[in-house]
Amino acid sequence: MQVPASFEFERAESVGHALELLERYGPEARLVAGGHSLIPMMKLRLAQPDALIDINGLAELSHLAVAGDTLVIGALVRHAALLADPDVGRYFPIFHEAERVIADPVVRNRGTVGGSLCQADPSEDLSAAFAAVRADAVIAGPGGSRTVSIRDFHVGPYETVVEPGEILTELRVPIRPGAGSAYVKVERRVGDWPVAAAGAYLRLGPGGVIAEAGLGLTAVGAEHFTAPEAEAYLIGKEPGEAVLREAGRIAAESCEPQADQRGPVDYKRHLAGELTFRALSRAAARADGSQS
Amino acid sequence: MRISVTVNGQTHVRDVEPRLLLVHFLRDELGLTGTHWGCDTSNCGVCVVQLDGVPVKSCTVLAVMADGHEVTTVEGLEKDGELDPVQQGFVQCHGLQCGFCTPGMLMTARWLLDRNPDPDEGEIREAISGQLCRCTGYENIVRSVRWAAENQEAKA
Repeated sequence: MQVPASFEFERAESVGHALELLERYGPEARLVAGGHSLIPMMKLRLAQPDALIDINGLAELSHLAVAGDTLVIGALVRHAALLADPDVGRYFPIFHEAERVIADPVVRNRGTVGGSLCQADPSEDLSAAFAAVRADAVIAGPGGSRTVSIRDFHVGPYETVVEPGEILTELRVPIRPGAGSAYVKVERRVGDWPVAAAGAYLRLGPGGVIAEAGLGLTAVGAEHFTAPEAEAYLIGKEPGEAVLREAGRIAAESCEPQADQRGPVDYKRHLAGELTFRALSRAAARADGSQS
Repeated sequence: MRISVTVNGQTHVRDVEPRLLLVHFLRDELGLTGTHWGCDTSNCGVCVVQLDGVPVKSCTVLAVMADGHEVTTVEGLEKDGELDPVQQGFVQCHGLQCGFCTPGMLMTARWLLDRNPDPDEGEIREAISGQLCRCTGYENIVRSVRWAAENQEAKA
């Protein structure tokens, strides 16, 4: 029987209250929302926070809306809500394709977008998806809010720039015309962590050449979950098969997969290249309107 | 910590440690052993209950998180002595062998049919994809849910 170590429990009534509680309990307090990463770690005693601050009741963090040319996703939005939202699917199929392969429907009912990003698991799918679309993360702290590019958000495995006294409150994703996106994952079985996965975002400019390229790589040791050399290579080129394959090759070279029970390094590197190519192909077809 | 949780329509007030998991609260504090306790890692889904009408894995929810909320367990499916159509479906179509996964399967199946009264096989399989039947009786579980879809008004 797995039982967490003892801890104090507080329920936050607002973001301001949560910040006060974080200050009161200090750096060994943890926020809890869905709890589907933290509670299993606490049951295994891999995590033993002094206090849990429950933010599940904060409706102010559950917003999901298009505001002008930005998709705004509250940190407390459940995976199931992101997957069910038609605007998300219309503007960013990458999120729906990633969500569809995150854990299972019951876990997605509980787990949250913000929790996934803050857990910063190197194998977590949304980190790469948000990196691909160049989202911004809004972080509230005692001195007010600050905005951080998602590409600066993850410092390393299980580590982010969110300080102990701060809360990730929302993600902001720019919506641009002429863009397409996709996410492709290889997993050992349904609901598993990826062996490897890739997300792609492409925006086509005049003449059908690539004006903007975003790549996200999961579980292959890519720094900040992305591949900037491959993105730079794509700019100004037409998204033909040879170009997209070359981008995949560059992305595969740039990452540093680790061998584990999900596969050896060369297999994961192969997947990184192939999945980058496939995600780019689908993103390109969506960007030029030939695929929905 | 004092909590008040409404389970199957009845409100229970208890003093619990914050680290008590919802599955153990239901089984050990309330004696509702219909909810099973399996892998303890949110993989197997035998502990699925509905929290405010949404299926969750109760081994990964703290009892204190259910304070002020409504929980429905398999014991709450029966209405006025009549089995829910999903329960009848499992009876009619041999949807259980050892029965260990059954309560979780029933709770997810009920939720699926509430949202989608006429799911196809793929939709049923997707809905229960976070739940394991170690008897590997999935074919009959899918048939049982389909039976319930076709007999939503069934009386036992």
